[in-house]
Amino acid sequence: MSNYWPIALFFVIVIGFALTSLGLSRLLAPNRPNRVKNETYESGIAPVGEAQQRFDIRYYTIAMLFVLFDIEAVFLYPWAVVYDVIGIYGFVEMLLFIVLLLAAYAYAWRKGALDLG
Amino acid sequence: MAEFLITLLKIFIVFGAVLGAMAYMTYFERKVLARMQARIGPNRVGPWGLLQPVADGVKLLTKESPIPANADKWVYLLAPVLVFVPALLVWAVIPFGPGFTAFGERISQSIANINVALLYVLAMTSVGVYGIVMAGWASNNKYALLGGLRSSAQVVSYEVTLGISLIGAIMLAGSMNLGDIVEAQRGTWFGFLPRWFVLPQLLGFALYLISAVAETNRAPFDLPEAESELVAGFHVEYGGFGFAMFFLGEYISMLAVSALASAVFLGGYLGPTIPFVPAALTGVFWFAAKMAIFIFFYYWLRATLPRFRYDQLISLCWKVMLPLALLNILVTAIVKLLV
Repeated sequence: MSNYWPIALFFVIVIGFALTSLGLSRLLAPNRPNRVKNETYESGIAPVGEAQQRFDIRYYTIAMLFVLFDIEAVFLYPWAVVYDVIGIYGFVEMLLFIVLLLAAYAYAWRKGALDLG
Repeated sequence: MAEFLITLLKIFIVFGAVLGAMAYMTYFERKVLARMQARIGPNRVGPWGLLQPVADGVKLLTKESPIPANADKWVYLLAPVLVFVPALLVWAVIPFGPGFTAFGERISQSIANINVALLYVLAMTSVGVYGIVMAGWASNNKYALLGGLRSSAQVVSYEVTLGISLIGAIMLAGSMNLGDIVEAQRGTWFGFLPRWFVLPQLLGFALYLISAVAETNRAPFDLPEAESELVAGFHVEYGGFGFAMFFLGEYISMLAVSALASAVFLGGYLGPTIPFVPAALTGVFWFAAKMAIFIFFYYWLRATLPRFRYDQLISLCWKVMLPLALLNILVTAIVKLLV
């Protein structure tokens, strides 16, 4: 783990920079709020209703697919690193895994989960 | 203690260089776009308009940024920080050169030399999505919500192909450490072709390039911002330095994916030696030159191509790019078994 502390240090410095500059802009910039200025922008008309409402279910399907395939990618990474060592055995293993995943992928495609529009 | 100070110095150099490069990327973008549209571009502030980024920065710092009355205040304020911080943290693992020896100590030219560098980069780019979702939701603005949803779906979709397109190169190098990946590309094929992974991984490179443009929400995949329909998408309610943070995050991400493309596919800091210049500096020079090519490519795309339709964008990712990326891995695996 000794290689990781520079990242932590970098993180602290970056966060520090972000918060200081935001604070600095609060200090330097004028702040004269009024009711009309603080309304949300809706093409110049008075905003109608709340914006935080239900939205299309299809965004959830995309998110689910993402979880599925991103985990696959994470699984493929260590496999790719040691591929030279495991050879044909690793190849067959991964082929089986991907074929199983492709079956689910084909199902999702047929069901129209990949269509937005 | 010496190690701590050296790391601190490296952090400040990288931090300054990335922010400086980002500032002049905006200038470069405006100049390139202007020339492509037969205009001149910024030329009023300083010689050849060179001080334009400074003027922009000062202006953004001193602008009033009202918080919308029915926004979730703290989420709204946190979102830009969450876009900016991970974009910059990616730079911790990028190797800028082969390293050098000074005062009897071996100094590597990256902030942190970790063996899961590529995985770390992907993890950091994922965190950026939270900032986008939070900004879109917390603004309580209909345009922002639509932009935030579109953007998050787009970014997570293309993150899958971005990650999978890199796997072929990892298989060739046998490592996730970016320094090792660059070193694996040293030397030449047939005596004249550089051993860059772009040649054996041409498909992977093409997929990476498309994913990278989509991942950073740039034209022709800039739907979340789509100024003509969504009036800027998820950051419509932001002004002043909150807006600047989003802007910084976007440009630093562009630079980061360009750095990654150079390191993984174009041999990173490798290049012909320049006489009388130490290897550590030529490395930085070649690396920067390769990144500049990608940045120029970004601007060229923006000047040339019209915007995609949203359903086309998502279908392209899931129906074309994902199968091709898996095919790329399969072909690489078979070729590696045979050779």
